[in-house]
Amino acid sequence: MSSLATHLPVLQVVVPLLTAPLVFMLRQHGLAWAATTAASLCAFAVAIELSTAARGGATLVYEVGAWPAPYGIELVVDAFSALLLLMVTGASVFALLIARRSLEAEIPEQRLHLFYAAWLLALAGLSGIVVAGDAFNIFVFMEISALATYVLVAGGPRRQALPAVFRYLVMGTIGATFYLIGVGLIYMMTGTLNIADMEMRIRDVSDLRPVLVAGGFITVGLALKAAVFPLHAWLPNAYTYAPNAVTVFIAACSTKVSLYVLLRFDFVVFQGNQAGHVAQFAMFMLPLAIFAIVIASILALREANLKRMLAYSSVAQIGYILFGAGLVSATGLTGGIAHMFNHALAKGALFLAVACLATSLSATAVSDLAGAARRMPFTMAAFVIAGLSLIGIPGTAGFIGKWFIVVAALEHGVAGALLILPVLAGSLIAVLYIWRVVESAYSSPAGDMATRQEAPLPMLATLWFVVLLNVYFGLQPSLPLDLARSAAARLLLP
Amino acid sequence: MVVIVFEIFLLTLLVITAVGIVRSRDLFSAVMLLGLFSLQIAVIFFILDAADVALTEAAVGAGVSTVLLLGALALTSDREARPKGRRLLALGVASITALILIYASFDQPRLGDPQAPVHQHVAPWYLEQTPKQIDVPNVVTAILASFRGYDTLGELFVIFTAGIGVLFLLADGSGRGARSQLPSAEAQGLRHHLIPRVVGALLVPFIVLFGLYVQFHGDFGPGGGFQAGALVSAGVILYALIEGEASALRVLSFRALAGMIAAGALLYTGVGLAGILRGSQFLDYSVLLADPIAGQHLGIILIELGVGLTVTGVLLTIFHAFAARAQKR
Repeated sequence: MSSLATHLPVLQVVVPLLTAPLVFMLRQHGLAWAATTAASLCAFAVAIELSTAARGGATLVYEVGAWPAPYGIELVVDAFSALLLLMVTGASVFALLIARRSLEAEIPEQRLHLFYAAWLLALAGLSGIVVAGDAFNIFVFMEISALATYVLVAGGPRRQALPAVFRYLVMGTIGATFYLIGVGLIYMMTGTLNIADMEMRIRDVSDLRPVLVAGGFITVGLALKAAVFPLHAWLPNAYTYAPNAVTVFIAACSTKVSLYVLLRFDFVVFQGNQAGHVAQFAMFMLPLAIFAIVIASILALREANLKRMLAYSSVAQIGYILFGAGLVSATGLTGGIAHMFNHALAKGALFLAVACLATSLSATAVSDLAGAARRMPFTMAAFVIAGLSLIGIPGTAGFIGKWFIVVAALEHGVAGALLILPVLAGSLIAVLYIWRVVESAYSSPAGDMATRQEAPLPMLATLWFVVLLNVYFGLQPSLPLDLARSAAARLLLP
Repeated sequence: MVVIVFEIFLLTLLVITAVGIVRSRDLFSAVMLLGLFSLQIAVIFFILDAADVALTEAAVGAGVSTVLLLGALALTSDREARPKGRRLLALGVASITALILIYASFDQPRLGDPQAPVHQHVAPWYLEQTPKQIDVPNVVTAILASFRGYDTLGELFVIFTAGIGVLFLLADGSGRGARSQLPSAEAQGLRHHLIPRVVGALLVPFIVLFGLYVQFHGDFGPGGGFQAGALVSAGVILYALIEGEASALRVLSFRALAGMIAAGALLYTGVGLAGILRGSQFLDYSVLLADPIAGQHLGIILIELGVGLTVTGVLLTIFHAFAARAQKR
């Protein structure tokens, strides 16, 4: 089936998209789960196939409807997109593997098929954004993924999920609208929506006011969707009150997809075309990144709720990614992009552990975890390893990206060395907030916490698989690093 | 000259309406003004020769979304709660955004300038290729349904997602709706009011007929599945308001609506896959039939039908979900 291989970029989106209406019609929730997982696995397989091709240096281009590029819509899969596709589809698969048990407790049975349909739409939307080579097409799939994600978060068992999701909806809509305004302005000045074409045509008009303003709107809009500090206000509650399986899925990949579009736009379309854009980008992003790392880490340290603590930690980790990108060097970008992948692994594993904990503990506060290690030793052991990966201990995935970021900062001499201080401080604070959980969980149990009651085996197996992936990619980081390297090289292409 | 005066008049009216919407504490009048706002925008679109967009805006903005907002009002209070603080900050941010947009408008090409980039790059190609490759008189339809058909597929799934979201949040998900069998005031509609009943009975068939015309005439004139779906559901909603929701559900049950939603989405995606199966790209309609142009026609009709089905199904499902919720209270 060599012919099928040429259609992989579009199948990446169409497989989950086509399954969504089928799942919508399936009223039996077990079947709905099976179909959703099967479609997710297919998408994961497609992503693996695409990343193999991208690692070989290929850039796959697909013309939808067989119309040539700036007139029709084209899909582009290169190393950067392939890495993101691996994260999105992988996060969906692993979250779904625990979702069956985890969601049964959180969502009424007769609504589950709607929930799984929304899950597939979120998956299709995120994949659609990643493979799109067209600025308006990105907006369309952004809408699909955003709406579907609101539904997923609103499925949370507590009533606070609704105000949280309303805030997320308002912020997300503002972000998407800003992006659309920016794209509209660029279209007005260049007459094209195709990103590659835009890169060429924007040269002649790059210093006119609409294009300058477009750069601002696109950057701010996407930063809002990516929860870049200080635009992260929607994120902590959305992660906290979403169903546990959903938190695993969206925490691993959804903000990173917005970051991906942000980097694509800023580096491919604006960089090199606008005078002084590199300096502006660095001046704008580096302070925000440093604030994110320091302030969000401190907020995480002071947070009582376990899920919200991890959510604040995500805001800080987005800071690391931006810090790498803000250095505007091959090493920095490689580190930032690799950290996207590695943080997805670490944070995904941590939220998987939270989902496992929730099967037999009702506690949501860090201080109520006393005895959790006695009750669920395997889950807590996994949490510790994933925590080490989040901190960035050598030998775990989380180390790789941070190492590259530090090296990239040192390339800038004394100023760079000063810039590293907050980065290191962020990691130290991460040690403290992970330690808080570990200390509480391994302290002596109260009441019946001493009895052993582990999470169901399939959930535990999924959790451990992802945790071992954290170790594997810590020792053998060539896959994310190869992809991140060629992604960085493409972004920096003048 | 007359057009310019009329445009300035309309834009002024638009600003006044917008201020009215923001300042109104009474949500009912805010909703009504919002409908008016959409109608004015639709007229402006029409003056700008964007007939397709104008039709959509009128049908969705002024028609269906007004009904849905009223449905939402029935679930809550119609007075706006006093906002707490931060109003000045919000005003400041909104003003700065507006100023930046005005700043951006200084270097923009003049309105209708034939030398503007939008008229120089892709547009001539569309105008030149549409008669050759697709051969429909309405180039907008050719762009939306074929050249950029993948975007339209995405838009269809945006609507589909919205439908799933409302069902997930409002209905109980069993597909039946939480309908009480007792004849409440809403379930009976305006059946005892003679004038709305007679006028409505006259209007409904024509609205639905016009919807079908817009659906199947989209290749030639302005229109297509989105507008048609909005019109047909406006007709059915009017019927529901007059004859009672239960009667509307007897015509198109929740199950049938769910079937329409899924069928439309599957039809559009299926046509796309047929392109792959017949040896070309996703959403290439030219290979559907032996003659590429006939294939394009067939593809456009099928995908517009898919859009129409899903849009009608989703809008009516949302309406019924709101109404069922209101009755449960």
